[in-house]
Amino acid sequence: MIRWLLWIAGGILLGGIVHLATVLAMPRAATQDAYSRLVPMTPVNSMVPLPGPTAKSSIMPFMDPAFAAAVCRYDLASGSIKLSAPVSDAYTSVTFYTRNSVAYYAINDRAAGKRAIELDLMTPAQHAQVPEEQDVTAADRLIIDSPTTTGLIVLRALAPAPSLMPMARQALAAAQCRSEPVE
Amino acid sequence: MRLLFGSFFTFLLAAAIGLGATWFTLTRGIAFGSMTIGAWTAWPRTGSQDIDPYAHASIARDGELPIGIGDGVAFFARADDKGRELDGRCTFALSGMTPPARYWTVTLYNARGGLVANAIDRHGFTSQEIIRDVDGRFTIMVAPQARPGNWLPTGGIERFVLVWRLYDTPIGVATATMKEGPMPAVDRKGCS
Repeated sequence: MIRWLLWIAGGILLGGIVHLATVLAMPRAATQDAYSRLVPMTPVNSMVPLPGPTAKSSIMPFMDPAFAAAVCRYDLASGSIKLSAPVSDAYTSVTFYTRNSVAYYAINDRAAGKRAIELDLMTPAQHAQVPEEQDVTAADRLIIDSPTTTGLIVLRALAPAPSLMPMARQALAAAQCRSEPVE
Repeated sequence: MRLLFGSFFTFLLAAAIGLGATWFTLTRGIAFGSMTIGAWTAWPRTGSQDIDPYAHASIARDGELPIGIGDGVAFFARADDKGRELDGRCTFALSGMTPPARYWTVTLYNARGGLVANAIDRHGFTSQEIIRDVDGRFTIMVAPQARPGNWLPTGGIERFVLVWRLYDTPIGVATATMKEGPMPAVDRKGCS
C-alpha cells in the first residue's frame, strides 16, 4: 500500500515537471505560430502588406479589422535593418516581435514625434560595433536591439472608418525595410 | 516485476497529469498579471518582454501576435457584467465610458479569434465612427438582428468574444499603479 502511494507521489511530481517542461518548450515547438504562418507569404527583409482579416480567412487569430498591416520578416545575419515608415493621418504603430512572438518593442507615431518613423534594428553584437561618435551625433537615430536574429516587424495603420482603409494601406505601401550589409 | 509495473504506472500518471495540465492551461488561456475592469480583462504584460510562460506558450500555439505595450492594450470579454456567457442569439448593450486613449476599436470574434460573417459586413467599431449622444456617451447594440444606431451583428453564433483595444493609452503602461479606468458596461437585454 505504502509502495503504491510512493509510486503515485512520484507520478504527480514527475507530472509537474512534464507540465512545466512542455509549457516552456511550447514557443519553440509550436509549428503554427505567427512567424511560421507568415513564412510562405513574406520574403525576408522586405516590407509586404498583409491581407486584412475577413469572416472567411484570417492569417492570425484576433487581428484588428480596423487596421491595415504590413510585415517585414527580418533576418539580421547579413547586417542590420533600416526601417522607415511614413505615418498615416490617423494612427500608425510599429511593433517588433522576436522569432517566438514576444513583442519586445513598440512605438507609435506620436512617440516617434516626426512625419516618419525611422529606426535601425540590430543584434546586440552589431550595436556594439556602431562607432560611438555616430551613435551620439545622430541623435535622431533610434537603434533597437533585437533579442533574436530573426523576427517580425509589424506596421499597423488605423482606418478610422472602413472607407478610409485604402488611405491607410497607401500610407503603409511607402514603408521600407532594408538590410544594410556589413561593410 | 513489481518495479516494472510501478514505474510504468508512474510514467503513465506523470504523462497524463503533465500533458493534461498543459492542455488545460493553454486552452483556458491562463496568464498572470491580468487587469479586470467589469466584464473586461487585459493582460498588459503579454505585450512586453515580461510575458509569462503560460501566455507565451498560449500565443505561440494559437499563432497570435499580441498588441505591444507602447502601442496599446487589449481588453477581452467572454461574459457580461453578471457573468453570463456571450451568446450570439442574445442582445447585449455596451454602454458608458472608455478609459483615456487616442483611439479605440471594439471587435466581435468567434471563440477562435476569427471574424463572424454577417449581412452588413461589420465586425466592429472605431472611436471615430461611433454615433454618440449629446453628452458624448454611446451605446452599441450587439445583436443578431438589425438595430437602429450602433449595431454590431453577432451572426447568431453560439459564443462570441468582444475585444476592446485602446491605442496610445496610459492604461496598462503604468502597471505598477494598475489605476482603473471606466470600461463600458455589458448588459444582456434578452434572448431570441
